[in-house]
Amino acid sequence: MRIPLSALVGMVFTGAFFLAAILAPLIAPYGMAEIVGGVWDPASGAHLLGTDAIGRDLLTRMIYGGQTTIFVASAATILSFTLGSVLGFSAAVAGGWVDQGLSRLVDLVMAIPALILALVILSVLPVTLTVLILVMGLLDATRVFRLARAVAVDITVMDYVEAARLRGEGWGWIIFREILPNALSPLVAELGLRFIFAVLFISTLSFLGLGVQPPLADWGGIVKENASGLVYGIPAALIPAFAIAALAISVNLVADWVLSRTTSLKGGRG
Amino acid sequence: MADTLLDIRNLRIEATSYPPGEPPRDVVLVDDVSVSVDKGRVLGLIGESGAGKSTIGLSSMAYGRGGVRLTGGTIALNGRDIRLADAKALRALRGREVTYVAQSAAAAFNPAIPLMDQVIETSLLHKVMTRAEAEARAILLFRKLGLPNPERFGKRYPHQVSGGQLQRAMTAMALCPKPDLVIFDEPTTALDVTTQIEVLAAIKEAIRDTGVAALYITHDLAVVAQVADDILVLRHGKRVEYGSTAQIITAPAEPYTQALVSVRSLDHVEKSDAPAVLQIQNVTARYQGTSFDVLKNITLDLPAGQTLAVVGESGSGKSTLARVITGLLPPGQGQIRFAGRNLAPDLAARSRDDLREVQMIYQMADTAMNPRQTVGTIIGRPLEFYFGLKGEAKRARVQELLDQIEMGKGFIDRYPAELSGGQKQRVCIARALAAKPRLIICDEVTSALDPLVADGILKLLLDLQAAEGVAYLFITHDLATVRAIADRIAVMYRGEVRRYGSKTDVLAPPYDAYTELLLSSVPDMKLGWLEGVLDSRKMAAAGH
Repeated sequence: MRIPLSALVGMVFTGAFFLAAILAPLIAPYGMAEIVGGVWDPASGAHLLGTDAIGRDLLTRMIYGGQTTIFVASAATILSFTLGSVLGFSAAVAGGWVDQGLSRLVDLVMAIPALILALVILSVLPVTLTVLILVMGLLDATRVFRLARAVAVDITVMDYVEAARLRGEGWGWIIFREILPNALSPLVAELGLRFIFAVLFISTLSFLGLGVQPPLADWGGIVKENASGLVYGIPAALIPAFAIAALAISVNLVADWVLSRTTSLKGGRG
Repeated sequence: MADTLLDIRNLRIEATSYPPGEPPRDVVLVDDVSVSVDKGRVLGLIGESGAGKSTIGLSSMAYGRGGVRLTGGTIALNGRDIRLADAKALRALRGREVTYVAQSAAAAFNPAIPLMDQVIETSLLHKVMTRAEAEARAILLFRKLGLPNPERFGKRYPHQVSGGQLQRAMTAMALCPKPDLVIFDEPTTALDVTTQIEVLAAIKEAIRDTGVAALYITHDLAVVAQVADDILVLRHGKRVEYGSTAQIITAPAEPYTQALVSVRSLDHVEKSDAPAVLQIQNVTARYQGTSFDVLKNITLDLPAGQTLAVVGESGSGKSTLARVITGLLPPGQGQIRFAGRNLAPDLAARSRDDLREVQMIYQMADTAMNPRQTVGTIIGRPLEFYFGLKGEAKRARVQELLDQIEMGKGFIDRYPAELSGGQKQRVCIARALAAKPRLIICDEVTSALDPLVADGILKLLLDLQAAEGVAYLFITHDLATVRAIADRIAVMYRGEVRRYGSKTDVLAPPYDAYTELLLSSVPDMKLGWLEGVLDSRKMAAAGH
């Protein structure tokens, strides 16, 4: 098996980001909220990326921020996929009122811009990581539902699904054994994309002040904390922005490759 | 000596195949085939799928479908070699000197443009004639091809005419620019048998009247025997036999050709009457949201261990009958008795034994198997589901079933994509058999297969019936298949049973009008059959 260069680059960067997130307490040079220097110290041997607006080490903040951002985005993505695909497949298999009810409910939620809806919900609920993950997961699940339902509707009309029904199989077998394996490749491609949107979403929320709350670090929050420095030519706010872009691109490179792999699997569709 | 129009010598055609998980490799599709067509003659190309007949047909306009390369030999059209001609020369040639009639007219026409514009398009593009001339010629061709109301026919859109008419419209499109050669690629295969005969007669007449040469590609020897002057038999991209139609039909030299000629002689002696396993009583059914009965008061019996063939053209309600029996479509009225008990009208209300004892085999084995499951899982699931077999016991039983369908070892871990068409259908049979059913519904199980492969499947089904005592409800539009397998026959037309009884009774005169039409439309493997049928129909019409 040959891995194309682009996928390899993507995997190396994605792997590095995730590894840094998991090992944050071990590799971070200072404590997460520890004030170790002056305001916006330039990069030096002691502070590789300099310090932030209140004198914390920026590299440490970036590593812990990556941990929070990646954790929240991953958890929200897993939640949205589990919920969205199971409901989407069920709607396609059941049809009729179940399908109508779920689909119209999803239409209703999707009709309201996700960011505004999230801001409204978060402004009345206590902003904790759990609440953030639930809100993001539920909002994203609507998009996964749409995709999963569309793919499954194509598959449920196949003769092998009818054969399973005639055999007397229950929903579990039909959804997980007949439909899911055939719906996997579009879902995997969507998984990469959804994860990236989740990263952007949590960063946006934090930047607006309704996401991860200080002193906890996350990339969107670091941008917000250091944004005023840009006026004085201090690049601290650009570093987390660059990290977000690098993560987005590298995850997409991997997702692209996974998509092309799964479609050419033995007996794959198309 | 007649003028040679197309002269193909030592043609070699290759393509690159990309097997999953392996490095790509070159495969030879056509190897060392030589053939020539004289002006005004019709050459039949015959062979099973993968024999290279369409590939050779398209090579006569130096075209290779997606990635197919013409790598060797010469293709001389009107005396010049076109195999390596440049794009400009080919553009001048295609649609002018050589035209093409595809198998599926419904997919070949643009649904958004009236037929006339599409029929005369190539004539205008090649500046063969003016618009007025082209339209006049198209109307002439419509008339010649027996299309209704030829003056106004071209104003219609593709969805407003029937499948047989659309196929004739495409023939008109091919003949309009006055080509030297027309390629007919299975033009009647997708049509009903009663429509096929009309289209076949129209094509034959049009070829004769316009004096055009033609390549007629088909897998049905009986059809090609009606239109071709010469026949080239192909197998695996190689020439098997080449001769005049009369010689191929009456005195085939090669064993493969002999097998093709005798393919429909399979015969089956009907069994004596037995108690019914399936009784369909006064069943009437319609689809939800419609006000039209697809099945009207159907009453049929199927004796245990025997075969009931349900015959009819598309739209006659055959497949709907299968859906009613399986419980996918609850009937509006009437009931279905199976093995002495009433079957619940709806699938969900049936017991596990009811479900197990009625199995189904589909027309398209491709879509009837989950492409992500191995043969072992596909056949093993009913064993696990109905009998609770697991692990080694299940695997041993799957292997036993594979032996029964004559597939042997080495298939159990393969995926459907790694099987041939015939093997796929065999696996579907094994899956049905795994449930130890008393009734198997076979929905057009052989119509997507090549004649020789289909013969093998029919023989297998008969052997299994003898061994297991299972009854078949056999849905088909092919009367040759019916002769080969049925004990009883029901002829369906527009949701009604027109004729029902034992095979000998149904296939013996006097016939009702529809059965007569159906029976006489099945091509016979002999010369002059088409003319014979048309003459007798004309005489019958004159007599009325």
